[in-house]
Amino acid sequence: MNDTFELRGGETHIEVHKFFPGAVVGMAVLSLVLQRILPVYLPRLEILDLPLLVTIYFGLSRRNPSTGLLLGMVMGLMQDSLSGPTVPIGEYGIAKTVIGYLASSIGSRLDTEHPLARFALVAAFFVVHQSILVLVRRVLLAQPEPWFNMHLALAALVNAVLGVALFALLDRFRRSS
Amino acid sequence: MVSIPSRHKSLALLGGVLLAQVLMLAVQVKRDSRGRLIRVWTITAVTPFEKGGAWGFDKVRGVWGHYFALQGTSRQNEELRAENDSLKLTISQLESKAAEADRLAVLLDFRQSHEKIPMVMARVIGASAGTASHTVEIDRGERDGIRRNMAVITPDGAVGKIIEVYRDNAQVLLLSDKDGGAGAMLVGSRIQSPVKGTGEPMLSMSYVAAEENVNSGEKIVTSGMDKIFPRDVPIGTVLDVKQGTPFKQIRVKPAAKLDRLEEVIVLLTQEPVAFTSEPEAQSTQPTAGSATPATSNAVPLPAAVKP
Repeated sequence: MNDTFELRGGETHIEVHKFFPGAVVGMAVLSLVLQRILPVYLPRLEILDLPLLVTIYFGLSRRNPSTGLLLGMVMGLMQDSLSGPTVPIGEYGIAKTVIGYLASSIGSRLDTEHPLARFALVAAFFVVHQSILVLVRRVLLAQPEPWFNMHLALAALVNAVLGVALFALLDRFRRSS
Repeated sequence: MVSIPSRHKSLALLGGVLLAQVLMLAVQVKRDSRGRLIRVWTITAVTPFEKGGAWGFDKVRGVWGHYFALQGTSRQNEELRAENDSLKLTISQLESKAAEADRLAVLLDFRQSHEKIPMVMARVIGASAGTASHTVEIDRGERDGIRRNMAVITPDGAVGKIIEVYRDNAQVLLLSDKDGGAGAMLVGSRIQSPVKGTGEPMLSMSYVAAEENVNSGEKIVTSGMDKIFPRDVPIGTVLDVKQGTPFKQIRVKPAAKLDRLEEVIVLLTQEPVAFTSEPEAQSTQPTAGSATPATSNAVPLPAAVKP
């Protein structure tokens, strides 16, 4: 199976990566589980958003907007479901659906394999993700929420660093073309 | 090659997924005292259309009701016209009764203020059939003690005298008749002269010498010399004076409303009558010549009375 496609009239070749069977599902579930477990033992890790990183990674790698947004939706809805009754179903779902779509769209246009590109993209997606969450909370749920603060900036930085490392780890689950 | 969905297809999918989740959010969330959020959103979204629809329906109903559904309007209009006519008649009757009550109140007050003077209050039940005579018929007669040549007055002033008496009714010759009249005198100058009827609404004072000074507006009262009317019953007011030889021609406006008599008083005796202006003040339609300060004192009637 040919895993690449030509995007711009043959000038640029961007690969569409394939993963081992169950890798996407396994990583998604694992990220959700860790997201719930890690803060119990290491409260500082609460600033991590592993489901977001997984959504970004597979969006950038698969480079299919439909697949990316559906993956983001599933991840977000599961995160909502696991976040307790105070978080309405759909809050993270909406944010991660948009992130999945954007990551897939950007991934189909840019080479996102470089660590610096990944760092910048993860930080940017984290900010967008957080902005969507705040927008949903303020507009749809009428909940007062700051748009951004230093804690969120730090979280964006941490998640971007972790994203670079995590993405390198996840690259190992790609099937060789 | 990997098949990639079109950009529009993925955008539509994104929109659908987001919309589905927004709706799901709305289903779950409850706003304080306003129910579930989806209800709030739905109502907010639908309300403008509801208002527009209601406005449109109102307009359509208004146009229909005012321009098309008029089958019953004509019949209703006729019914309302008939009801209006009936109400007008009722109002007229009530006004008439109210006016009658006012007149009777004046008469009753006059009667109560002269309790010691025998008098009969009578209702005018008919008038002369022709224009040549000025007479009225009253509903009191011999059984009530009425006799010929008795004076007939109203609280405003002299009316005339009884000329015919029947068992239960009588006829009154008004001052305005060509054969009517009364002994009179000018209040200011005390000049005496009979006042006669002319067959017209105005009376005439005929025998005032040309050299006498008579002014318009001067009051005229009965002199008592005719042995019918007591003295100082108001007759009228000098309307205008024309110089004549040897007598002035004086037109007199009657004090009593001779053309609108409905209730009158027949004096059964020639006892003195204290003809005060009080009843006139209570009259519903006072006339200019009705107030006569000079007649406020009781004046004894002449002793000789011709029946």
